[in-house]
Amino acid sequence: MAMSMTIATSLDLKGLSCPMPIIKTAKAMKELAPGQLLEAFATDPGSVPDFKAWAQATGNPLVESSQEGGVFRFVLRKKEI
Amino acid sequence: MSIATIEKAPTEEPAPQLGEKKPEVAEKLVIFAWSGELDKMWPTLILATTGAAMGKETTVFFTFWGLFPLVKNQVRITGENWMQKMLSMMNRGGDEHLKLSKMNFAGAGPAMMNHLAKEHHVASPHELLEVAKEMGVHLIPCQMTMDLLGLKREDLIDGLDEPAGATLALAQAQGAITLFI
Repeated sequence: MAMSMTIATSLDLKGLSCPMPIIKTAKAMKELAPGQLLEAFATDPGSVPDFKAWAQATGNPLVESSQEGGVFRFVLRKKEI
Repeated sequence: MSIATIEKAPTEEPAPQLGEKKPEVAEKLVIFAWSGELDKMWPTLILATTGAAMGKETTVFFTFWGLFPLVKNQVRITGENWMQKMLSMMNRGGDEHLKLSKMNFAGAGPAMMNHLAKEHHVASPHELLEVAKEMGVHLIPCQMTMDLLGLKREDLIDGLDEPAGATLALAQAQGAITLFI
């Protein structure tokens, strides 16, 4: 699948605790155009269910949720209006 | 490795109708902040900022003890008569002077809690209040309690909505998730 995965915004949320990773992500997502991608790196394990829930509640698809060396990476796509 | 393909005749039956109605999702969050202690204000502000981050129209209605965290940190004594003044002496206002509802130990508890919060990069109530304002959370002080406890508008921090009453709060609460903390 040759879908372009250009990241429009990258957020470093490492070290932050609930609710700040979601707050900062929500703010940054506001700046994106529909279809653009945001990636976020976090270390709070609670952010894994929280990003999933935020994506579901707001309708912005979570296209990736992964972990590497204790750092979680999330990629969200800004929903089409 | 063999690949088996199964040919299936298209089914005649239409996909089951799930109905037009989507499950109802509250688009609003209203929190009645009554307590005013550190361990109650914290979840109040975490939930309020998160509600706003989820796109919900969010309101916090500050009433009774919940009003004291809104007093400016540098304001020491509030009130006009001795009873109101005494109240503010016993229960200092400001989001940096909050007490714990248990294990307060004359201020040692909150000091330890704030220390832990800093260590774990948990945003303080003061920071969360600023975030709430930034995100457009309606922060409404209860007019009646302000009068009762002797808190004037100038005693309270900037960035609040106009003081209002129970009717406005309940009108906001229609169709909202409501919490009383």
